[in-house]
Formats: sequence, C-alpha cells, structure tokens
Amino acid sequence: MGGKNMRNSVSVLIGGSAGQGIASIETLLTKGFKRAGFYTFSTKEFMSRVRGGSNTTLIRVSKYPVNAPVFGVDIFVPLDTDSYYYAQERITKETFLIAKKGDFECDCTLYDHDVPALAKSIGSPIVSNTIAAALVFGLLGCDIGILKEIVSELYQDEMLEMNLKALDIGAQLAENNGNCRYCIEPNLSGASANDLFLSGTEGIGFGAIAGGCNFICSYPMSPSTGVLTFLAKQSQNFAICVEQAEDEIAAFQMGMGAWYGGGRAITTTSGGGFALMGEGMSLSGITETPMVVYLAQRPGPATGLPTRTEQGDLELAIYSGHGEFPRIVLAPGDPKECFDLARRAFELADLYQVPVIVLSDQYLADSYSHVERFDIDLKQPVHHIVKTDVDYKRYSLSNDGISPRGIPGFGEGFVLVDSDEHTEEGLITESMSVRNEQNGKRLKKRELIRNDAIVPEGDGEGDIVIVGWGSTKHIIKEALEKIKDTDIASIHFSWVFPLSETQLSVLRRAKQIISVENNATGQFAKMLNLHNIVIHTQILKSDGLPFFADELSEKIAAVLKEIR
Amino acid sequence: MTTRFDRIVEDNAWCPGCGNFSILAHLKEALDEMGLDPLQSVVVSGIGQAAKTPQYMRVNMFNGLHGRALPVAQGLKVSNPSLTVIAEGGDGDMYGEGGNHFMSAIRRNADIINIVHNNMVYGLTKGQASPTSQRGFKTPVQTEGVHVEPFNPIATAISLDASLVIRTFSGNKEHCKAMLKIAIEHKGYVLIDIFQPCVTFNKTNTFKWFKDNVYVLPENYDPSDKVKAFEKALESHPFSIGVIYKSPPKMTLEEILRVESRMDETPLYSHQVNFHALNDEMNKYS
Repeated sequence: MGGKNMRNSVSVLIGGSAGQGIASIETLLTKGFKRAGFYTFSTKEFMSRVRGGSNTTLIRVSKYPVNAPVFGVDIFVPLDTDSYYYAQERITKETFLIAKKGDFECDCTLYDHDVPALAKSIGSPIVSNTIAAALVFGLLGCDIGILKEIVSELYQDEMLEMNLKALDIGAQLAENNGNCRYCIEPNLSGASANDLFLSGTEGIGFGAIAGGCNFICSYPMSPSTGVLTFLAKQSQNFAICVEQAEDEIAAFQMGMGAWYGGGRAITTTSGGGFALMGEGMSLSGITETPMVVYLAQRPGPATGLPTRTEQGDLELAIYSGHGEFPRIVLAPGDPKECFDLARRAFELADLYQVPVIVLSDQYLADSYSHVERFDIDLKQPVHHIVKTDVDYKRYSLSNDGISPRGIPGFGEGFVLVDSDEHTEEGLITESMSVRNEQNGKRLKKRELIRNDAIVPEGDGEGDIVIVGWGSTKHIIKEALEKIKDTDIASIHFSWVFPLSETQLSVLRRAKQIISVENNATGQFAKMLNLHNIVIHTQILKSDGLPFFADELSEKIAAVLKEIR
Repeated sequence: MTTRFDRIVEDNAWCPGCGNFSILAHLKEALDEMGLDPLQSVVVSGIGQAAKTPQYMRVNMFNGLHGRALPVAQGLKVSNPSLTVIAEGGDGDMYGEGGNHFMSAIRRNADIINIVHNNMVYGLTKGQASPTSQRGFKTPVQTEGVHVEPFNPIATAISLDASLVIRTFSGNKEHCKAMLKIAIEHKGYVLIDIFQPCVTFNKTNTFKWFKDNVYVLPENYDPSDKVKAFEKALESHPFSIGVIYKSPPKMTLEEILRVESRMDETPLYSHQVNFHALNDEMNKYS
C-alpha cells in the first residue's frame, strides 16, 4: 500500500433506483471490508417506491470504530443518472466518481467507465453492482479474494459464475487505476473482523428474543416492519407466535390478550400506527397489563415522509393515551443498545405492569455497525406472575403500588381485569375513595420506575454540555471528536421517560447547554424545560435525513463561536 | 337456579326486564351444565351494557375497551389454548366499533365463542341507532329514521366462512341455552347472535316483536350447505334462529401459529428462552 494516499477512513456512496441491487453491493462491501480487518458502517436512505426513485447507501470504512454517517463522499458510484443529480451536493473536488464520461458534468475526479455496459458484456446487466463493488474494494487496496469468498457463500451455479466474472472485471478496473486510490490502514489488532455487524432492526429483534418475546402481532409500517419480518424469520428457532393484525388497534389489543394470559408480546409500528394505539396504551395503564411497543419513527405529520427519519414522536410516545398512568420510554442509540433495551423493555413491562415503548427511527433501524462481541446474560426472563389463591385480588393495594399479577387458569383465584375504574378485586366501581386508592396505587409505581432509570452516558469534563437522546448518539460523538474542545462535555439519554433527578445532575451543573435533536421543535429540550433545565441553543434537523457527523461538527462549532 | 358461575352482585347496572338478564342466566346455566371450570373460563368484553355481563359472573374477566374484545380474546387464546375464551358484547360493540376485528376474527378462526347481544339499539349511550337498527327506526339522533342498510352479521359471517354461525333469541330460553351449549362445545370460532329486547330505548323491536319475527329452523335444515345458509341469512321478518351455518372442519388460529413456529401446546408463560440457539444465531451476524 502506498504512503501518500493512506487515510483513516473513506466514505463510499452507492446510488441507484430501487431494484438495481444497491442492497447487494452493501452486503458485499460491508462483509468484505469487515473481513479485510476494517471497521465499517452503512446506512441507507430511499424513496417510498417499490421500484425506481433515487436511493443511496453510504458505506464508511475505517481503521477505527465508525458508527455515524458523513455528508462528504470520497467515492461515488451512481448506477443511474437520477441518483447522481440527487446526491450532487455531496460531491467535492476530492470525490472520485465512477461513471461513464459524458453522463455527468462534475468538478471532481472522474474515473471513466461504463459499468453497466461491462456487465452486459458478460451476459447480464444485473451484475453491475458486483463489478462496482470489486472496483471500490480494489481502490481501497483490499484483496479481491475476500469478495470471491463471500460471493461463493452467497450464490450458486450460474449466478456464482457470473458474479465471479464480474469481480474479476471490477478488480481489473481497480488495478488499471493503480489500486490503492484510497488506501486505508487496516486495524492491526484484527479484533474488528470478529465483531458482530448488526442493524438497529436486528438489535431490537435479538433483544426481544432475549427478553422472552413469544408473540408478535403487528400491522406492517415502515420503518418498523423490519423487526416484524426479523422475528417472523426467527419464529421457528425461538418459538414465537407471529400474527399480522387487521390494524394497529388490534395489534396492540392482541398483544394485551397475550400478556393477560401470561405471554410476552410486542407490537411494532411507526408514528401513524402508534397514534391508533393510544387507547391501547391507556388500557394497558389502567388494567396494569404489561405491553411492549417498538415505535420506529419517521417524519410526520400524517403520512409525512414514509421512508425517512426523524425523532418527531417523542412527545407522542410520552403523552399518548387518555388519562394519567405510568409508562416507560427507552431510546437506544446503536444496535447494541437496541439489543439491551429491547430485552430490558420486557423485564420492565413485566415488573412494573406498564406499557414500555422502545423508540427508534428509520436511521437507526436501517443502519449497520460493528457490535463488539459480548456475553449474553443467560438469565431466563423473570415472569412476575403469581399463582393465585382463592382470595386473590388482582389490584390489591400495596405500599409500592405493585399488585402481584395473576393470570387466568393458574391457581385457585379469579383474575378480573377492568378498563373501568375498579375495586381491588377488579370489578367496576364509581366509588370516589376507591378511585383515589387505585389511581394513587398506579401512579405510585412512578417512584420505583424513576429509581430504575438508566443514567445517561457522559463524556468529557467541560461545562458546556451537549445533550442528545436516542439515535443521534454516535453522530454527536464523532462530531465532538472532530471539534476536540475540552470545554465541552456531552451527555446522551437512552432512558428518556420518566426522567429522574439522578439523570439530570450533569445538566444541573452545566453553564451552557446545547441540545441536538432530529426534529423541528426540540421535544426533548421541552421535556428538560419541565424539569427546570434551560437549553441555551438547540441544533435541530427535520428534513428527513439524519444528522451527518461532519455537518453536525460544523454546526456545533458555529454555536460555540456564538456563545463564547 | 344456582350455578357454579354465579357471583353475588349488589349493584347491577341493567334496567329491570332487560334481555341481558336472560342471556346471563342462560349462559351461566349452559356453562355449568356442560361442566366447565369457572377458573379455566374467561369472558372478554368491551363496552356497553351487554359488555358488563362478566361483571356479574364468577369467571375470569377482561373487561376492556369498546369494540376490542375480539383481538384481546384471540391474543389470550393463543397465549393459553387450554382456557375457554368467550368474547361477549352488544351489536354496537362487536359490529360497529369492532367491525374490522369481527371480520378478521372470523377469518382467523381462533377457538373462541363470540356472543353478541343484538337489541338493534345503543343502550349505554341512550338510544341511538346501532349497526343492526332497522331502516326507519327513529332515535334522538336519527330523527327522521335510520337511513342506512342494517348490518347483516349472519350473512357477513357466512361469507367469511365462519366455523359456526348461530342466531337465537333471549326470550326462548330452551333454544338460547341449547344454542349456547352448541357454541361452547364447538371447536373454532363461533358467532352466536342473540336477539334481545331493550326495554328502555327500543320501543319498536320489543319482546313481542322478536317473538313474532323469529322462527326455529326445521330439524331437517342442513347447516353445511353454504348457499342455502346464505339464503337463510338474507331472509328477514321472520328471521330464522338456530345453527344457520357450519363450515367444514379447519385448524384454529392457536393451532396454526404453534405449527408455524414449531411450538408445543403449552401456555406461553411456561416458555423459556433458548440462549444457546440465540448465541448460535447471533454468531451468524458477524
């Protein structure tokens, strides 16, 4: 590998229309780079179309862990004209464009080649993406043998033959260009090759399995559907009942029925579907029936931008459902947290007999990153279920607000669950004193829940604090790494509701607070305001895309300049 | 008559003379006479006067939201197939607010008994039209009379090939009880639509009106003939009562989901996580 082109990370953008096989390049390259000893990250954004439209996948390759998207593109492979113009703003003089001369005008480095024509020459235009993958792989100085190995695992017979040919063509193109156009040093420890490579979706799915999920009932809705299909695919391995509901209302209610019978159910949805689950949240609240909801956000209102990302439903998650009742909202920041928090959601729902929402978004759901191998805690889920006795009362008053939960058919007592205000036994009542007792009992659980809140991850010692939540975790982290300012500290929330005083101590001490949210109105900042925490500057983005680490670092730098 | 399903109730919310009292009595007797265990029986209901039925029974109860009894009942049955699960409510609850769930529940065929108290009027909200109100029926809202076609639950259920479709009348004790027993005995989804007078808000479809407008299906009637059953379903004034349609045997939802996921018959609460398989599976994602 040559010295002068050596760098720490490279970003590769692949563009094309739906159906052109961008996903297979993504698989090939991310697997390949990982095997070659690099850290890799990929994220996609796409139009709401089954075919056509302009879609891009960004792949980052790095010597160091990399977990966030960047705006700037080092290598761009547009498989069609539309995607070129769509991503034009991301191209700079430094960008290496792989395209046919004359197709596009750009002030960049053009590597003139007609990849689709080459693909056609070996019999099929569909292997354009394989040629492009091999070319990119070679440009980064990687051994084509690795891709051949992967292709052999993915394809058979004629398809394999054709793909192997395509790899040779792509590798030759790279060699013609002197290889190593953008060489990066591999990670010497080699540890990264052994890492898991997971999307947020897969993290949630595995976490749900670890949490004892044995029933999923959902109505499909982007970008949440990935978890539904993931668990459907795994249903035989882990004995999970899978049912597609007629609507989100039924999805939630069927889950409630399953929990009432002692099962562990989840429903998956996005904002529009979750809006229909509001009454279900409320029912879970008063009946104290546990429930887990995976809410993958996309921009609203209404249909909004169906395939894009936003952190716009935090308030919906916190305030959905009529009446007053406790709930928990968790917002993972990466695939590992997706695993941990999806698992935890089942424990929390069962323990406190409340609805728990795991709040993700399209960006996190569809992005892949390295997850260092970890030992899964082998502790079986604790079912907080009691065998009922003859005098069992479902809503017996207790000091901490938790009444032991029985299930029908298990023990000698009856389990009466009522959406009306009810007596300890579970029968309808309009007694005001009983109302006060039962409402008080339910709301009392908030204290226990707050004590269980996850303390946010913090970094740095400075008194200017950058605060974020959920999917922006690594984007903020990388943005701050670029800035390298010792006056800055950062704090990131994965447990976003209810907030406890322990979680807020860093913010209480801060001189200046800058919040970063992927929405238009600063919903988390508003919640912090309710806790008398004043946010000085908000950095917001709501165009349907996630923040980019390079973009965000500039924005933060600009804010710092202003406040100093 | 006392049954093992009796609960001592101090405050019943139904009007004196309400058809709900008869249905409650017939149901408790049917369950008792069939030897069912109250502890292993669950009545899931929604909102409305009919949906209060489980409040007055000695039975497990999930008294949930308006229109939502069926999805809860199905989730419960999947969760623990050994329970006897009844989803009970009125015509507004099951056919109006829960209409979409009604159609899907028929198609899913969980082994549940769907009891619908059909009095052709809204009681709890004080006398507005229900989905089954007859054309011309005047109410404080439908001041000029109902101008929409009444919902035909029997025809709808047959068109979706419901496992068992029954109509009966609360005022015919023997018939109603016998039909409830057939419904309880049956494996698969059962619709049992029970005509019932509302003494307070429906002065048109009175006890006498129902009595004059129903007839018992003859003994030689064959409920397995789907086309004939559909013809019966479209008849009105008089309406037939009895087992109107019975589909060929089919698998239940809880059976299908267990076969599909290679799960045993045990209730979900007894299941454990296979961490060994989880480790293996996650290793594939490297």
